Amino acid sequence: MPEREQKKRTAPQREADDVAEVTDAPQASERGEEIKADIDDLLDEIDEVLETNAEDFVRSYVQKGGQ
Amino acid sequence: MAITKICGIETEYGVVQRGVAESNPVTASSLLINAYVSGLAVPAAAGGPSVRWDFEDESPGRDARGAAPPDASPPDVETHLVNAVLTNGARFYVDHAHPELSTPECADARSVVVFDRAAEVILERAMAAADRVLPAGQEIVVHKNNSDGKGNSYGCHENYLMDRSVPFGRIVVAATTHFVTRQVFTGAGKVGVEASGLTAADVPYQLSQRADFFEAEVGLETTLKRPIVNTRDEPHADAQRYRRLHVIAGDANLAEVATLLKVGTTAIVLAMVEDDAFDRSLAIRNPVQAVRAVSHDPSLRRTIEVGDGVTMTALEIQFELLRQARKWADERGLESVGEDVGGDVLRRWEEVLTGLEADPDRVAGQVDWVAKRRLIDGWRARHDAEMGDPRVAAIALQYHDLRPERSLARRAGLERITTDHEVQRAVTEPPVDTRAYFRGRCLAKFGESIVAANWDSLVFDIGREPLRRVPMMEPSRGTEAHVGRLLDECSTPAELVERLSS
Repeated sequence: MPEREQKKRTAPQREADDVAEVTDAPQASERGEEIKADIDDLLDEIDEVLETNAEDFVRSYVQKGGQ
Repeated sequence: MAITKICGIETEYGVVQRGVAESNPVTASSLLINAYVSGLAVPAAAGGPSVRWDFEDESPGRDARGAAPPDASPPDVETHLVNAVLTNGARFYVDHAHPELSTPECADARSVVVFDRAAEVILERAMAAADRVLPAGQEIVVHKNNSDGKGNSYGCHENYLMDRSVPFGRIVVAATTHFVTRQVFTGAGKVGVEASGLTAADVPYQLSQRADFFEAEVGLETTLKRPIVNTRDEPHADAQRYRRLHVIAGDANLAEVATLLKVGTTAIVLAMVEDDAFDRSLAIRNPVQAVRAVSHDPSLRRTIEVGDGVTMTALEIQFELLRQARKWADERGLESVGEDVGGDVLRRWEEVLTGLEADPDRVAGQVDWVAKRRLIDGWRARHDAEMGDPRVAAIALQYHDLRPERSLARRAGLERITTDHEVQRAVTEPPVDTRAYFRGRCLAKFGESIVAANWDSLVFDIGREPLRRVPMMEPSRGTEAHVGRLLDECSTPAELVERLSS
């Protein structure tokens, strides 16, 4: 968590629905490249511990509904 | 004045038995729990098969609104399945084809985090114990998640002690607003979507495991037509004075800060309801639609309608709740949620909202949906893989895997707020500041003489007729301060029962 100035703020309000404002997040691939560089060691580890038969494991993962 | 927000979490874990032709979840759950309980040093004292759960107090069909609507279908109480009470005050049992662990009653949100982590350790040890009794090639695997990705969901419920005199309708408005919008930090993340009519092309990734499964605003059900606010009115305490708000609209979290904030901010919002402290109502217009709208939008920019045509994002609503919470804390103090813990929750609440607003990746150590997405996006970049790659779904599932050698959450660099030492201790020892202390200590010391236990009583066999029931209708009594010395001094259950009734 970066240190940031903690300031009190009030929530802005909008008069109209502005879903239209929603734009795509920064280029996904660019972000992915940055993360890849950031967590290189972790990705090594994921490749090591990831179930080898991933496809089967996910397909056979069926639960009974609960609460 | 708000009452102390005694609280806890009950988690239904995902379970599979591998290496068998057909995995039976009820059998697997029973085997898992029995293996754990029978492996304990003092099985009876640890709440083994000899201590039965006492269903006297169970009435999940009672509705907080008074008369339930005619179509309400109360859940059944399953009395025949494995049901253990542990020396840390928790209940470990089979419910709806899942192993479920309810933490003991805790006096604040931080204590809940400690016991929620202890629950993970218990499930880990249960898997290891099951391994020792299963034939080679078989294994029981437990996930701390809320969906199998195929339309089946199971819950992680929270419970909060509330003042009975507060009108239920007032709770509904504030709780709904919070439950719809707190997803921005409570969401555990999900690849794809399980709401009908949508596909992964519409929603490749969403904040919450659970959001797709809510179909009603308020109701008694928990397994069908799930409501955002659940009306189960089963206080497990003095019903004249208390209600227990049973919250079903949350994800199971792996990130400790997410659990702290999920429980801590909710405890604050509910204490504010008791103090009637909201200076601005933020009633959400269409909560069922809004739960999904918020969850389906990782950009956090979509707005939802509150009040009279005003629209705000979930983050803006959370900032507004935080502003009011700070004002309430300044005026009324934080005693009801724990002074230090409440202060920490307010500080972290602001930090996480501010981080989410600036760039969600900044809170990858605190928020599960961000941590999981980061693993997925980094891995996809390395392997040039599509979102629909089955290995992406495997990463998403394995994030929740509780096997230490497989867990991805435990490798993701999540911030710790507990220590290993306190978590290990919480596996066997109860919290000192609620009635769970009395339950846990009695089980550890006199387990062989306890014939039944539940949330609000213990039944002792003191060697002569009749059996003696010790009621515990006050969740804040039975603490170390109240009964610690008494329990130290009594050497037999008869002496304890005698001194308690004198």
